[in-house]
Amino acid sequence: MKRHLISAADLSRGDAVLILDTAEELASLADRPIKKLPTLRGRTVVNLFYEDSTRTRISFEAAAKRLSADVINFSAKGSSVAKGESLKDTALTLEAMGADAVIIRHGASGAAHRLAGWVQGSVLNAGDGTHEHPTQALLDAFTIRRRLMASRGGLGGASPRVSTVGAGGARGAGLDGLRVTIVGDVLHSRVARSNVLLLSTLGAEVTLAAPPTLLPLAVGSWPCAVSYDLDSELSKSDVVMMLRVQQERMSAAYFPSVREYSRRYGLDAARMARLPGHAIVMHPGPMNRGVEIAAEVADSVRSTIVEQVANGVTTRMAVLYLLLGGTEFPATGVAQ
Amino acid sequence: MCAASNPVAGRNGLAVLDPEEIRRALTRIAHEILERTHGGDGVILLGIPTRGVPLARRLAARIGEFEGLDVPCGSLDVTMHRDDLRLHPARALGRTELPPGGVDGKTVVLVDDVLFSGRTVRAALDALNDLGRPRAVQLAVLVDRGHRELPIRADYVGKNLPTSQREVVHVLLTEVDAQDSVMISGEGGKP
Repeated sequence: MKRHLISAADLSRGDAVLILDTAEELASLADRPIKKLPTLRGRTVVNLFYEDSTRTRISFEAAAKRLSADVINFSAKGSSVAKGESLKDTALTLEAMGADAVIIRHGASGAAHRLAGWVQGSVLNAGDGTHEHPTQALLDAFTIRRRLMASRGGLGGASPRVSTVGAGGARGAGLDGLRVTIVGDVLHSRVARSNVLLLSTLGAEVTLAAPPTLLPLAVGSWPCAVSYDLDSELSKSDVVMMLRVQQERMSAAYFPSVREYSRRYGLDAARMARLPGHAIVMHPGPMNRGVEIAAEVADSVRSTIVEQVANGVTTRMAVLYLLLGGTEFPATGVAQ
Repeated sequence: MCAASNPVAGRNGLAVLDPEEIRRALTRIAHEILERTHGGDGVILLGIPTRGVPLARRLAARIGEFEGLDVPCGSLDVTMHRDDLRLHPARALGRTELPPGGVDGKTVVLVDDVLFSGRTVRAALDALNDLGRPRAVQLAVLVDRGHRELPIRADYVGKNLPTSQREVVHVLLTEVDAQDSVMISGEGGKP
């Protein structure tokens, strides 16, 4: 694996499966009396958040703490950023404090990539503008694999990474042959881009269902299909992933009214009933109940929304372990 | 290849235990466990991945044959507790599977293939500590090759194998390697 996690495209299929398998192992930690491992003791992880976030920041913080890392939380509000400090100067300050990893969320696409050029430690992208959110894609892939691949015993799974010990559910499997439909505001969504890249790397067939105004211009170059009609996709979907309508990033009118959007692209009970029996409904949160997803769908047994949050901690632990758990520098033997 | 003149030399060097000897060693260890634990009451066997796990299963099967006793058997991954993590790239995790009922109040017998520096066992003791509070912890290994770096010893040993620091001991088991044997190879592990 690379030193940073900036884009879901940085991950090969082998890397992604290794992360999911590691997460699968770490998931059992939640059932133990002591939910903590000593692995990252003495490492410092900085949460650098320029944008509001609850679940991602808390999830990363919980993940780092369960691995015994020291966590420093930084939010732009109430910091020197308010006095006009640049991203680079903030980065250099963190560097001087000895951060082994910086988890960054920033409103500008590409901020994580720039940061990686300035700091020694690992950079983890926790969402940059409308670009990417790779750990969200990983936790979504993990959720899908747990729900849909475990019973299939790794469908088509002639994988090189099959565990030698026991069958182990979906271990070693990708998402081969699954059909995933991502619905809604793709244009403003970093979750959608990361998911398209990662899920297709793992072998899923991804379809974007959205109004033309909410699709990026270059969507033709993405490894996925595009549809303007949600209803025609429902019956063949194993997974429906609803995206939040991001009113705060919208500077113009992308659809005539919320009601019209909801009628054509919202997931209500009637639409959910047309899904195959095993299909699941996902949402990265936070939800606009009644806009892209109806309350009865969000609270149904098919919905994995709460599970996704729990899986977020596990998946982020796996990423932190794999990025920080091993050799610190190419020349070893000093840290001991 | 240092062992080229030996008729049983394989790709990994000189064979020091053949399948029959491994079988006998495990049979003896199974009897010793029964003896030392007064009939195996409250015993659970935890194998350390990778090769400790099939060894633990084999021991449990033997004990079942001898006494008709169903000894719970599981695996304990120690990767996250190792003290040499920072010397290598991050490695894939093995599985930790506890038998239902956990380890609290039980006599846990840790099972591994080779006992060398003792660092793996130290990590296992730490890992176990986070899972509960066993009544006692014992250690069974197929091969003890000496060169301890920590005050740790095995309660049950299949074979004591005096080695030099530079030699490498390979345990091969049918479940993982398609054959049973213990090999020793010379200088630096490159036979």
